[in-house]
Amino acid sequence: MTNPYPQDEAFHRLTKLRYFVANLWQAIFLSALLIAIVSLTALLYNVVDGAFGYIAYEYKKAPTEFTSTPIAELTKDELLVILKENLSSGAYGKLDKEQPMEERSQSDLLSLFLERLVRIDTKGTWSMTDSLMRGGEIRADVAEKYPNAILEFRSWLTPQFLVTPMSSRAEFAGVRTAVLGSLWLVGIAILFALPIGTGAAIYLQEYAPKNWLTSIIQTNINNLAGVPSIVYGMLGLAVFVRLMEPFTSGSLFGITDSNGRTVLSAGLTMGILVLPLIIINAQEAIKAVPDSLRQAAFGVGATRWQTVWHHVLPNALPGILTGSILAISRALGETAPLIVVGASTFISLDPDSPFSKFTALPIQIYQWTTRAQSEFHAIAASAIIVLMVLLLTLNASAILLRNRAQRKY
Amino acid sequence: MQNNQPEYSIETKNLFIFYGTFPAVSEVNMKIEKQKITAIIGPSGCGKSTLLRAFNRMNDFVPSSYVTGEILMRGQNLYAPNVDPVQVRRSIGMVFQKPNPFPKSIYDNIAWGAKINGFKGNMDELVEESLRGAALWDEVKDKLKKSAYELSGGQQQRLCIARTIAIQPDIILMDEPASALDPISTLRIEELMQELKKNYTIIIVTHNMQQAARVSDYTAMMMLTTDGSRSGTVIEFSETKTIFTNPKDKRTEDYVTGRFG
Repeated sequence: MTNPYPQDEAFHRLTKLRYFVANLWQAIFLSALLIAIVSLTALLYNVVDGAFGYIAYEYKKAPTEFTSTPIAELTKDELLVILKENLSSGAYGKLDKEQPMEERSQSDLLSLFLERLVRIDTKGTWSMTDSLMRGGEIRADVAEKYPNAILEFRSWLTPQFLVTPMSSRAEFAGVRTAVLGSLWLVGIAILFALPIGTGAAIYLQEYAPKNWLTSIIQTNINNLAGVPSIVYGMLGLAVFVRLMEPFTSGSLFGITDSNGRTVLSAGLTMGILVLPLIIINAQEAIKAVPDSLRQAAFGVGATRWQTVWHHVLPNALPGILTGSILAISRALGETAPLIVVGASTFISLDPDSPFSKFTALPIQIYQWTTRAQSEFHAIAASAIIVLMVLLLTLNASAILLRNRAQRKY
Repeated sequence: MQNNQPEYSIETKNLFIFYGTFPAVSEVNMKIEKQKITAIIGPSGCGKSTLLRAFNRMNDFVPSSYVTGEILMRGQNLYAPNVDPVQVRRSIGMVFQKPNPFPKSIYDNIAWGAKINGFKGNMDELVEESLRGAALWDEVKDKLKKSAYELSGGQQQRLCIARTIAIQPDIILMDEPASALDPISTLRIEELMQELKKNYTIIIVTHNMQQAARVSDYTAMMMLTTDGSRSGTVIEFSETKTIFTNPKDKRTEDYVTGRFG
């Protein structure tokens, strides 16, 4: 009887061929990974490139017209006096009403001084790469075209940028309003979606009988997670902004100066948007609690509710929280539904109640990138970095939470 | 009641257990004596665990499972519509195949079952009593607040027994309680069972025939029915001695002598 397998030389050739195919596939997968890394790096580089670089500007009025002290050495009291003397009383009163002038910080007052009195006039901005590679060229160019201009390398992303509200001048604009708006938004969304989503997941996993009705509901929840976000925006517009206006505008509670386009409407819309995500993640977390634990509880005479409350939920909680954090990240980055439910694109007042008008980080970024002036593109890049850092922090905490929760049963 | 008259703890009458339309266990009639150990033996897949779980209505959690016939405890059918399964499990405790302590401290493992059942007495005393009852007290008395997961498999299983006796059931069901344990831990569990039967009726499912012969007073031999329905039933039920030395049924003899199964 002959051996059905190839022998010696034939086997050697076959082995060589097998290794060749294996190496080929390995190379293909490696190049796929490289493409992914290159694209991500390009994205990061593009953002960072915009957020740092040269700016050339002139003072419309020389600072020496207001004070003899150099700008860097101005104290808070000096600035207060200068502002009071030189601003019109109407403008001063308006600023004072937004936030009493005496309570403002030195850097805040300095910004006001530069913005309102000295009035910076930006002549041009350059990206980080240009600034580093063609520094000399830029300096010569600026010196020739704008002999009075000051050219300096600046980071658009500064601590000041984080705590300054919106401004019509890019040099003085910040993301405080947008960051607070985003926080209000995800706060309302999660307060709304987490209890409802967890409750629905508990019912589906622990109580609902397995029949055609529950499987239809399950399929629909899975599909809802993939519905384009603009559709949720339309839903939010119809239901929260229009239909429930007395509630979402706060007029039920005696607030008269707003309409339905409030942070509450947007938060509820985001809540609906992340609800399927939260339900699915909570279901997975509940499924991961081993049945032996439920049986142990039932075995000592626990009711279904005692089993769920004392054993299933505490053990599923880290997983549920992980899902919620991922849902928050999703809500934080969503733009389309906010445009539909009416986020304001220019607003300098912090949201201070659910019935406030609001803006959010992605909206702010979108708005700034559509402006013609290059300095707005620079602050858009800085705002993108802020958003990405927020998202990365949230995702990292989700991973940490999940790792900590991996316990043995 | 006469002295020689055996006292029964639980009995089944014409019991069938179905999964959907499939009768996993059919026509079981058993009278289980009080404060004795009854072993259920038989080959894999013949419905031993299913029968055991029917006694405290654990099968209720399997969708589409239902029972016909009766399981009577003090004259009350456990499957009567007015019977609450939670109360059944309160008076018929269960120890599972794999040790499944709660992911809590040793103390809380015992206290939790007592607490949810409205225990009003001294909890510290109950915990100590139950741990002594399960022959675990000396090993864990200094680390009651430690996680139950720090215990060895055998200790965990005894903790599960302690947890069960803490709620003072009448009957303890054991589903292959030693199959995941090493021989020394197994021996300790078997010794413990002899202690426990002074106060409790014990029904144990086991794969290990030597174990059944060592620990039990009565043995039920289960086997698939020969009519082709793949349903399990009790083919012989009598004193353990009889089953192992003088079985009436040829299939029992083949099984206990190792010629089959």
